[in-house]
Amino acid sequence: MTYDATFRVWRGDASGGDLQTYTVPVNEGEVVLDVIHRLQATQAGDLAVRWNCKAGKCGSCSAEVNGRPRLMCLTRMSTFAEDETVTVTPMRTFPVIRDLVTDVSFNYAKAAQVPAFVPRPRDEDGNHRMQQVDVERSQEFRKCIECFLCQDTCHVVRDHEENKQVFAGPRFLIRLAELDMHPLDAQDRRAAAQEEFGLGYCNITKCCTEVCPEGIHLTDNGIIPLKERVVDRRYDPLTWLGSKIGRRPGR
Amino acid sequence: MTTTAPRGAGTAAPGRGTGDSGRAAIAARTLRTDRWWVQPLITAVALVAFVVYATFRAFQNAYYFAEPYISPFYSPCLSTRCEGDTFPELFTGPTWISPAIYILVFPLGIRLTCYYYRKAYYRSFWLSPPACAVAEPHRGYSGETRFPLVFQNVHRYFLYAALVINVVLFYDAVLAFRDETGAWGHMGLGTLVLLVNAVLLFLYSLSCHSCRHIVGGRLNHFSRHPVRYRFWTFVSRLNARHMQYAWVSMFSVALADLYVFLLAADVIVDVRFF
Amino acid sequence: MVELERHDYDVVVVGAGGAGLRAAIEAHEAGARTAVVCKSLLGKAHTVMAEGGIAAAMGNLYPEDNWRVHFRDTMRGGKMLNSWRMAQLHAQEAPERVSELEDWGALFDRTADGLISQRDFGGHRYARLAHVGDRTGLELIRTLQQRTVALGVDVYMECTVTRLLTDDEGAISGAFGYWRESGRFVLWQAPSVVLATGGIGKTYKVTSNSWEYTGDGHSLALQAGASLVNMEFVQFHPTGMVWPPSVRGILVTESVRGDGGILTNSAGNRFMFDYIPDFFRKETAETEDEADRWYTDKKNNRRPPELLPRDEVARAINSEVKAGRGSPHGGVFLDIASRRPAEYVRKRLPSMYHQFKELADVDITAEPMEVGPTCHYVMGGVEVDPDTAASRVPGLFAAGEVAGGMHGSNRLGGNSLSDLLVFGRRAGLAAREHAARAGARVRVPEDAVADAARAALAPFDREGGENPYAVQHDLQETMHDLVGIIRTRTEMEQALERIAELKKRVADLSVEGHRQYNPGWHLALDLPHMLLVSECIARSALEREESRGGHTRDDFPAADPEWAKVNVLCALGPDGVGIAREPLPQMPPELAEIFEEIS
Repeated sequence: MTYDATFRVWRGDASGGDLQTYTVPVNEGEVVLDVIHRLQATQAGDLAVRWNCKAGKCGSCSAEVNGRPRLMCLTRMSTFAEDETVTVTPMRTFPVIRDLVTDVSFNYAKAAQVPAFVPRPRDEDGNHRMQQVDVERSQEFRKCIECFLCQDTCHVVRDHEENKQVFAGPRFLIRLAELDMHPLDAQDRRAAAQEEFGLGYCNITKCCTEVCPEGIHLTDNGIIPLKERVVDRRYDPLTWLGSKIGRRPGR
Repeated sequence: MTTTAPRGAGTAAPGRGTGDSGRAAIAARTLRTDRWWVQPLITAVALVAFVVYATFRAFQNAYYFAEPYISPFYSPCLSTRCEGDTFPELFTGPTWISPAIYILVFPLGIRLTCYYYRKAYYRSFWLSPPACAVAEPHRGYSGETRFPLVFQNVHRYFLYAALVINVVLFYDAVLAFRDETGAWGHMGLGTLVLLVNAVLLFLYSLSCHSCRHIVGGRLNHFSRHPVRYRFWTFVSRLNARHMQYAWVSMFSVALADLYVFLLAADVIVDVRFF
Repeated sequence: MVELERHDYDVVVVGAGGAGLRAAIEAHEAGARTAVVCKSLLGKAHTVMAEGGIAAAMGNLYPEDNWRVHFRDTMRGGKMLNSWRMAQLHAQEAPERVSELEDWGALFDRTADGLISQRDFGGHRYARLAHVGDRTGLELIRTLQQRTVALGVDVYMECTVTRLLTDDEGAISGAFGYWRESGRFVLWQAPSVVLATGGIGKTYKVTSNSWEYTGDGHSLALQAGASLVNMEFVQFHPTGMVWPPSVRGILVTESVRGDGGILTNSAGNRFMFDYIPDFFRKETAETEDEADRWYTDKKNNRRPPELLPRDEVARAINSEVKAGRGSPHGGVFLDIASRRPAEYVRKRLPSMYHQFKELADVDITAEPMEVGPTCHYVMGGVEVDPDTAASRVPGLFAAGEVAGGMHGSNRLGGNSLSDLLVFGRRAGLAAREHAARAGARVRVPEDAVADAARAALAPFDREGGENPYAVQHDLQETMHDLVGIIRTRTEMEQALERIAELKKRVADLSVEGHRQYNPGWHLALDLPHMLLVSECIARSALEREESRGGHTRDDFPAADPEWAKVNVLCALGPDGVGIAREPLPQMPPELAEIFEEIS
């Protein structure tokens, strides 16, 4: 069941680089990351690639396979024809460090700007009581493995480097949604979502949802509800009036 | 470099500004090998076809009533100049204005500001982006942060208006259980067409993201509002098919109108069930 | 002088998994200037792979559960070789460590009363594991990561520590390492270093562990003068994936069995009933009917044998496969599809469903999985003081998997996440106290720094040498074949000979390219660590002439009561790795009573 596949891998760093072609054996059941590792072990010992768990749980091996943002460990070779050339490139949205490894510090900088979780006090017996139905929405967003593929595919920053200043990207918009829907969190994050994290830049074209390896419905369950919550506060004249005369809408 | 710690001296971090972003030098606009342009193309063709047809029919100002059926493009008919016995006929406008024009803004508004249609036309018309991981052609991008696109946020008001219209269209379908003489106990293919169309339009409106938010999505403690939680669960299930409802209801509206058009123009004869 | 970055801290934590982050949070909150140094990006540590849950006797579902029962279960699971004091602290403090995660934003699955839900796991008498579906490790790491970031702790990501530095008196004075990205050197000067580097799994061929698990923390500690305890106890998790080959070893969570999954052989027999040891006979079901009733009525039935401690199940699977009753790809069948509705499986085990679907194209709600043992965890580790996590070396602390003693000869599932939290916190606190006592008198000898830099660059100086990947491959084969689940004297002696040869090969290997993000170079620097811990495992395993927990000797198949009183220690002397025996500390009577009270 072994065959020789043609791989084109981007090799280089910030100063330049290009696609290099390799012929490499592929065995049954393998994924793209296995093939990259075989290249590393046999033909290109210094081929840089970031990876950890190799089971789709840590979100380290993000790259673009045939132009599509993917986790290399979850891209089975059986999805390609044997004579198909497989092109592997680093995530385009982030500065490249070397080969397939990119500098994802943009994401860590944005993460640090998210206002921290502020819990309400515990119950008298020292427990927090929350019903399953109340935690489920935020739990969906907490499945995020921070592979940053949604950040990579989002055209707001992918095609417009300058927007990185004003737009936090889908990953952090769902983080804000997670906190805003969190049954224990005592902070209102709607103003910050719009003003500091650039929620309005999202034009809900849903590429983040398409690319998410965890199957999180970023757009439908996170970003759009967050936009609607912002509308409650900023664009709904009734609640706006309500907030002006001191009555906050019940949540 | 990737760190949350202060950087030491002597570590050169590449520039981060536009033009010097330090990204991998890949010239191709996309390396996708599939036919990514098919989807936006189909969307564009379908939307253009609908808009052309709807515009023609809205301005035609004729063939929109064939007893007991009224075209959904012309209902609710606000002008007394409407053909036939229609609802609610509130005022009299100039004859050269088609009665469709008065109400057109509402169905147009909900679809234009709909979260699904936004995705569809941003992708297929504005190419922003044409498909995932395919570079868009624009130099700058400000999304929905400024005029006019910031007005997308009024979606929920169009939803309210659309729900009112949905009720009227449903009422139209009920009236279609009368025959030409106004006697109850009739049903023709036209009745069925109007009824199906009214139901699909309802499903489209109810499955809307704003609706989902309003019925319960804005709550943080579902467990304290069990009834609203059930509404929310119901709307959430519909919402998962919002895109399908958007397309199907758009076609059903056009087909319902076409059916009435053909009846009124005496091209076809209504099939009568009883 | 070597060109490098220098940073001053009170506490430097090496490793950003659960233990490292918990230690950093505690040290920072206690007022220490704290840094975390980790080889991967923040949030990618191996803790994310933990699936089942965090063991803590909160009693949310079974009010009769309390720390004493948890303590007893832990000691029995470890075949009484655990450090009793660590097991006690762990059982007592775990519930509060879980609760505080909620204050930091964690969202566990809930009971009907709105409390944290708890699930059953092997070796735990009551449902005790706080969990989020089967991605509890992710929840833990994300919660701690977000807390760390919110507090503003400095994190040095993708940095490898290659050496610990000590002053003239042998006390810690800092750590030396390099940025993986640029290859540039970094020196952290600090009176306290907390090792939280995880385990050693990458020295084995079939493992659930990631590349980071090279035993570098164990090796750094040894080289700094600390000792390792009971390194022979390596846990083989009974259920790893066996097919396709490229994912062999990836973990299949024990929750599959906790939630109703059973193990069968090629004949369709539920073979675990044939492998119930006398030690656990009283609490294990005898018939399939009783075992099946247990899931719904735990009070009147005994546990299914699939939920015996991991060492028992791993050995049983190993025997079945050896006897020719294995599955087509050399494992056994783990079946939940025929026992639970598809919807239940998807709800309770979402990431397992996803993992098999994506990696093996198997739908676990429709067909059984194929599973087999995989190297998962090392019970042995740095010998530490139970209360402070301090090693023998002043200023050096160890917490989590890299520390030894807590789990005895075999770890119970769910006890590792609680271990990380309990002892991570204790290590952070003690490290901060040590730093406060040591004050500002840290002095790093410049010649040691120069030596560390020279050693790190050595692979570039050699040309035409061997490729590091080949050496790693041979080491993994050696450990897998000769120091694996079942061990004998002759094979282990052979392993030691091969390790000696591999050491020579490592001394000669060379790497191509330059220092910038060069995986070949990184591996070349990891290999000496891997060889050193492999040698410790082999020597300790050779020393312990009995079978117990995660150490099974074909030539000494029974547990020996004399060995039940002895720890095996490893230390690095002038002649290499030395082995010593040390008596186990005496358990106080008030704890010993627990084993008679609770039967």
